[in-house]
Amino acid sequence: MEEKQIVIKELWKIFGKDPKRVLKNDNLGLTKTELKEKTGCVVGLKNINLEINKGEFYILMGLSGSGKSTLLRNIIRLVKPTSGDIVINNKNITKMTNDEILEFRKDTFGMVFQHYGLLPHLTVIDNVAFGLKIKGLSKEERYSKALEVIKTVGLSGWEYNYPGNLSGGMQQRVGIARALANDPDILLMDEPFSGLDPLIKREMQDELVELQDRLKKTIIFVTHDLHEALKLGDRIAILKDGEIVQIGKPEEIVTNPEDSYVKEFVKDASPAKVLTAGCVMEQPDVLIYSWEGPRTALTMLRSSNRKIAFVVNKHKEFLGVVNESALLKIIDNEPSATNIPKEIIKPRAFVHLDTLLEDMFHIMAKEPLPIAVIDENNKFKGKITTDILFENIIPLGGHNE
Amino acid sequence: MSNFPNSFSIPLDKWIDGIMEWLLINLEVFFDFIGFVILNVIVTFENLFLFIPWFIFIPLVGFLGWKFVGKKSIAITFMLMLLLIGSFGYWELSMKTLSLVITSVFFSLLIGIPHGVLMARSDKLESIMKPILDGMQTMPSFVYLIPALMFFGMGKVPAMFATIIYAIPPVIRLTNIGIRTVDKEVIEAALAYGASSKQVLFDVQIPLAKPSIMVGINQTTMMALSMVVIGSMIGAKGLGMEVLLAINRIEVGKGFEAGISIVILAIIIDRITFSFSKKR
Repeated sequence: MEEKQIVIKELWKIFGKDPKRVLKNDNLGLTKTELKEKTGCVVGLKNINLEINKGEFYILMGLSGSGKSTLLRNIIRLVKPTSGDIVINNKNITKMTNDEILEFRKDTFGMVFQHYGLLPHLTVIDNVAFGLKIKGLSKEERYSKALEVIKTVGLSGWEYNYPGNLSGGMQQRVGIARALANDPDILLMDEPFSGLDPLIKREMQDELVELQDRLKKTIIFVTHDLHEALKLGDRIAILKDGEIVQIGKPEEIVTNPEDSYVKEFVKDASPAKVLTAGCVMEQPDVLIYSWEGPRTALTMLRSSNRKIAFVVNKHKEFLGVVNESALLKIIDNEPSATNIPKEIIKPRAFVHLDTLLEDMFHIMAKEPLPIAVIDENNKFKGKITTDILFENIIPLGGHNE
Repeated sequence: MSNFPNSFSIPLDKWIDGIMEWLLINLEVFFDFIGFVILNVIVTFENLFLFIPWFIFIPLVGFLGWKFVGKKSIAITFMLMLLLIGSFGYWELSMKTLSLVITSVFFSLLIGIPHGVLMARSDKLESIMKPILDGMQTMPSFVYLIPALMFFGMGKVPAMFATIIYAIPPVIRLTNIGIRTVDKEVIEAALAYGASSKQVLFDVQIPLAKPSIMVGINQTTMMALSMVVIGSMIGAKGLGMEVLLAINRIEVGKGFEAGISIVILAIIIDRITFSFSKKR
């Protein structure tokens, strides 16, 4: 069971005068526009329930006005929820006093903003050390920690420049460094890359993934960009009008959109960028265990009408493939052989469970025959053929119509 | 023709007169105390400026001009202009005027910046303060010059009081605007890192509002200087008094000399204080 870092229960946020009254009567079933007409209040978030695991890369996605940024700000209580509970590290932050929440923020969160939110009158290093200064660390401690994270984000040499002299991508690196300097449990990122040009954006995304691999922070990432969401997210929550429409892994969202809103969202998504070997692989018709005799193997091969078969050892570790002619040769030469000799097992291309279809194209182009799928322990899990690959890369929009 | 009905009249004049009378009787000690404080600050500045000899003061201003405005030619111009004042025979009076202006700016900032900060933090206070500030700027200054005279007697103190009322609105307004226009995301960022509202104010809002506040200080200074002639009418000695005397004696040339001296002080103060608003 994975450790829950954030649990949100029945969270509501209503903007307007005396918002609590809106929740008291039977308004709860109304839509955003109906509620606005009836009460004059705007629904920011509507009955949000979600759980985020420790170390998870969690995406909040939706169009503008869907409440994704509001939800993010509720989690750090920059916006105070109208009702409901937000439990972070087993502490209910909705019940904290203002002083408690200030203390809680210092140790728990690092936040990255769309327009960077840097202080223009401070140098890069002072910006990075800002959170540490608020925490009350000495200048020496602040600077040594700040230099470390500046190096992490690749900004060494720019410490004493002002943010105004840096490009957008570099400014956002300062923003990320500032968030990391506190060594927070949770990183909150509010559309951090949407202001950057496409090339820089991709580069920053790749670096963020790498960083996440290394640091294992819990990241909550707000975006309206589906490709970004699919690329980065472990799980994605899609919001519409303040409500969660669907929560799922990227491949679930793409292959199984819950309603027309999500469907519209994922219409242009290329499955090759989302689906992994693990979700499209098939079980092979024949699987040969290396301790079986050549004759058994041959019989199995022939009965299923195949020319080659995958071979695994007794731990189900993938060894390679054998073909009919090699088996026949062994049977002729060494009739007494009780298992398949290593020499005739040929190595074969394989992919991992989490390999994206996109990354398989060049392998499949060279190997017309099925390739093996293995897990991180080298265990054989299934096979992928060119047919399977082609079936799965048709964009979803076209597929459904 | 329809005349405004005579029966409908609000006797505001009587009320204000009543209030004045009451204040004069009951708060005499209080006004004496305020007068004492203001007078001491003026005298301190006056002593300081009169203590510095002209041959040190002029290069000092030149240095400030070079350091802050950033051009050697400007520094030299400043020094020549001050020499001109000296050649008119107005050195001592200029120093008195300068100390009066600096004292009124000192009090204006002391009162004005905190008010601007408070105003920026409350929409309600802003809506109350705005018409008051409008009133302070547009009310003919003689209207409050007379009550000031009644409270503090003749001399520098009531002149100072009137100057503060006239000169304080820009610094309040521009502090308010400066703080209100600080990027919301930057404030959010500070809050997200656990900054208290005090830390947000001193580490984020005031530094980012600094250029705007500096423009406010500049404006306040200029307005204070423009009050010196009016201040001299109730006994504040200085260049203003000289202008007034020259007018009374119909000495056009003298009037211009004193007037030009005021303009020179204004230009130098303006260029130096304005340069602060452009610095990072």
